[in-house]
Amino acid sequence: MRLTKYAAAAAAFGVVLAGCSSEAGNQAAQESDNAPEVAQDVEFEAGTTMAELAEAGTITIGTKYDQPGFGLLNPSGVPEGFDVEIGKIIAAQLGIEEDQIEFVETVSANRESFIQNGQVDLVIATYTINDARKQLVDFAGPYYEAGQDIMVAAGNPEGIEGPDDLAGKNVCSVEGSTPAQNIRDNYPEATLTLFDVYSKCADALTNGQVDAVTTDNVILTGLVAGNPDGFELVGNPFTQEPYGIGLTLGDTEFRDFVNDVLEESFEDGSWAAAWDATAGQITGEPAPEPPSVDRY
Amino acid sequence: MQFFIDNFDILRDAFLQTLLLTVLSGVLALVLGVVLATMRVSPIPPLRGLATFYVETFRNTPLTVVFFFVIFGLPQIDTVVSFFTGAVIAVGMYTAAFVAEAVRSGINSVSPGQAEAARALGLGFGQSLREVVLPQAFRTVVPPLGSVFIAMAKNTSIAAGFSVSELSSTLPRLVNANAGDLLVVLLAVVIGYMIITVPMAYAVNRLERRVAILR
Repeated sequence: MRLTKYAAAAAAFGVVLAGCSSEAGNQAAQESDNAPEVAQDVEFEAGTTMAELAEAGTITIGTKYDQPGFGLLNPSGVPEGFDVEIGKIIAAQLGIEEDQIEFVETVSANRESFIQNGQVDLVIATYTINDARKQLVDFAGPYYEAGQDIMVAAGNPEGIEGPDDLAGKNVCSVEGSTPAQNIRDNYPEATLTLFDVYSKCADALTNGQVDAVTTDNVILTGLVAGNPDGFELVGNPFTQEPYGIGLTLGDTEFRDFVNDVLEESFEDGSWAAAWDATAGQITGEPAPEPPSVDRY
Repeated sequence: MQFFIDNFDILRDAFLQTLLLTVLSGVLALVLGVVLATMRVSPIPPLRGLATFYVETFRNTPLTVVFFFVIFGLPQIDTVVSFFTGAVIAVGMYTAAFVAEAVRSGINSVSPGQAEAARALGLGFGQSLREVVLPQAFRTVVPPLGSVFIAMAKNTSIAAGFSVSELSSTLPRLVNANAGDLLVVLLAVVIGYMIITVPMAYAVNRLERRVAILR
């Protein structure tokens, strides 16, 4: 049974907050507007991860803190983004309030070990599902499908329309990322310039030290939004990067539960609302069609 | 073990990059550092001022900031260097400040009587420094210089963030490709650095004993 009373009260509280202060208050109001309804009196079969989490009333979720639109730490120290909203939707279905979710920063290098060691219950961190990772963790989802794209200087002086045009060009990406490895493996004619963060790639593109930047389109969109006069997106994704939710290997019941929650959010519009409030603000486009969940 | 066999090429190339970066920046730091130390003890005030300004600027700036300046700042004033050259310049110029201070402390430890005697024999400033003071100064600064260069070998890892495919840059790359082997990847990188730094420390110890001044 669900009660909308609590959600309504929370929303009203948010509005009151908005009246009190400027920036932070607005944000709180915005968040509570699309905050998912928290399920009440949830019941799960004893012994399952869901039952444990619902009983504890808290969940630990690993996300990125440096990915605009998906998981970015705001100035008041709270992560914001599409991944964070997905985490809230799942927590709500476990009967866990938004302020009882503990977010932990995970970076590409520690996601698997955090799940394996039980430091986090879920990882929602622009986490591409692939076969090597499936050996170590289980994936629910995908909840979003990104694709590798290319960003060039405004006006596209080098005339780069796709990955095949990168031959002989200086291409920038981040060391240790899947897009960088893809260029190494499949487009060896391109000269790779590898930094540790994407903002340096943007600097290098501004300086003309590289001809293009390549990674998942959602990340590039964030960079273009930061300097719309300097950069443009080629807009021709050439890979598929299904973002999944990582959880403990072999916890099939929990995975099925998360998949059910995702499918429900695709249907009832909360997924699209989460997109519009976060990543959609950067792309400026309406929510895409949700992907179909892969119960492998 | 399989991991080392599969990724030997990547690790070897990265190791050689680190080694090359260490050697080239080390040479730059040593030459520039000795010149700076000489300037700081020279009798010409503008040279002393310039060297003091250099040492205080570089010694008190984080290496990452120096890197940012060389890699992204210089192109703004139309001076584009390759990323590797940029790394050699950044590490070399940064370390030169520390070398200069170590060498200067060595020069100051040579008793004034030595320089006065050289003067009395009719040697000029350059000659007395070259023939009398510096040879004695170097003998006392072997241990501190050794520490400076070992620190420099490890500082080259900052270049990983500036598009030089050296040892530390293999960490994110290999971890991403071998998520289950995190500890092995770390071990491989640590061994790589130790292959460079442990012999350096050993050589410094040997040299220190050979040239020690018995007082």
